[in-house]
Amino acid sequence: MITTIEPGLFTTIQDQGRWGFQAYGMPISGAMDRYASQVANLLVGNCLDAAVLEMTGSGGTFKFDEEQTVAVCGGDMQGLINHTPISNWSAFTVPKRGVLRFNAVSRGYRMYLAVRGGFDVSVVLGSRSTCTPVKIGGHEGRVLRQGDVLHVGQDVERTIQIGKLSSTYIPQYGKEVQLRVLLGPQDVMFGSAVLDTFFGSSYKVTKQSDRTGYRLKGPKIKHLGNADIISEAVWLGAIQIPADGMPFIMTADHQTTRGYAKVGSVIRGDLPKLVQTKPGDSIRFRCCTEEEAIKALQDEQDRYKKIISACKKE
Amino acid sequence: MAEYINSVRMLVAGEHGLVIEFGNQISPEINERVQRFAKLLHLEQIPGIIEVIPTYRSVTTYFDPLVITRQELAKSVIQLLGRIENKCIEELLPPRVVHVPVCYGGVLGPDLEFVARYTGMSPQEVISLHTSKPFLIYMLGFIPGFPYLGGMPSEIAVPRQERPRERIPGGSVAIGGNQTGFYPIESAGEWWLIGRTPIKAFHLTSDKPFLFSVGDYLHFREISIERYFAVRRSVEEGTYVPEISYL
Repeated sequence: MITTIEPGLFTTIQDQGRWGFQAYGMPISGAMDRYASQVANLLVGNCLDAAVLEMTGSGGTFKFDEEQTVAVCGGDMQGLINHTPISNWSAFTVPKRGVLRFNAVSRGYRMYLAVRGGFDVSVVLGSRSTCTPVKIGGHEGRVLRQGDVLHVGQDVERTIQIGKLSSTYIPQYGKEVQLRVLLGPQDVMFGSAVLDTFFGSSYKVTKQSDRTGYRLKGPKIKHLGNADIISEAVWLGAIQIPADGMPFIMTADHQTTRGYAKVGSVIRGDLPKLVQTKPGDSIRFRCCTEEEAIKALQDEQDRYKKIISACKKE
Repeated sequence: MAEYINSVRMLVAGEHGLVIEFGNQISPEINERVQRFAKLLHLEQIPGIIEVIPTYRSVTTYFDPLVITRQELAKSVIQLLGRIENKCIEELLPPRVVHVPVCYGGVLGPDLEFVARYTGMSPQEVISLHTSKPFLIYMLGFIPGFPYLGGMPSEIAVPRQERPRERIPGGSVAIGGNQTGFYPIESAGEWWLIGRTPIKAFHLTSDKPFLFSVGDYLHFREISIERYFAVRRSVEEGTYVPEISYL
């Protein structure tokens, strides 16, 4: 068992999400950064969907009763095992009665801690993900608190060789990111000059950004007519433009339906870049084609395959 | 082939999504097509389709573009559109009506008096209209199990509050504009609270976690505060059996 000595700013249990119930209004939740969370699982030999800990901004401190193999990926929270620094994007062993401690994030924003076997909590509607707005899933439907005890599950898929990930697979986090966007479905509600502004400007991530969505600030995106549409489904990466003209991008815990016009969607392959930005960072958008978006998904799948063969035990 | 098919639009919702839009207004006819189509698409079990979400006037489907291309999906959509008006056996079953017991006014419905004043009616007249007939569930969204209902009598419509209340208790039955519904869980919101229901819209541990779905009707029924607490107890004990009838 693993005891939470200090929970960190916002630490939740997440897997790859609660899919299949959006028609009932249930958010999907799941890890904000799919890539980092899945790589963390691969590094410890878990299946991709095993539950991990997601820490945001500043990480927690955890005491391990037993020796465990763990991996840390995503934002760099300068982890220490019993005062010895560990490297990010790597797997290592925490000794029996060892303490794993994380600090404030130095690069990126969200960090994933995977333990070999995954974190074991009840599956709710097919997922272990915490959805704090609905208060379900994960550990009692909430963020971790001091004293919470976590157990290790059995979501292991293969034997592995412990080590550090090749730098080829490690994303570089900066204070300025460019996100590729597929236009639609309501891009026609904006004039071409306004679209030029959208693609030609830099937007700041505001403090009103969390697991439900990223609110940006920058040059106003004006609608040709009314800002609102009849409420309809919204999705991961959907870029809504409410009446105030400021982009609002949907992330993991987003509501399933909304009534704002959507100029486009950040492609899935670029969502990890978005969710590793923090308030104050800058975002630029670039229009891309569907082929480019799908190529990014294929590349991601190829990377997983290569990582699996790289950490396979000989 | 019915004429409306020519007006159906397919729109891009990211590389994983397709919006199939049946019109640009809230109407029972459009919503019925939406619901029939969503059901057909769901039953078709096309490999690569992840979810099908019916809303007021469109169906959004999420798919894995590495399994099915947008062009392949669009082809299936066009075929299904042609079958939308065929009667299937399960459609011979009339729509479900879920009865929702509500204790109106008092501490459980603090805005009932306001709604009555605003509409120039007595609180009892507001309740009579609110319980007068079943309301169609056009879609679910906003929070899990939140029903967007159609058909509320316009006499009891009240513009939404300008500032949302931060904490609306779960079970609150409310009016906002010409819409009504209830908040299944605690939430922020700008609708006027006229009562509260002790029943729950979802039970996550049950085989059928959600009490109602899109296309069902909700019929509000007035109950006393004593009955409210009695029903609430049986809901908590897991012995409450929802009352369901058919139109």
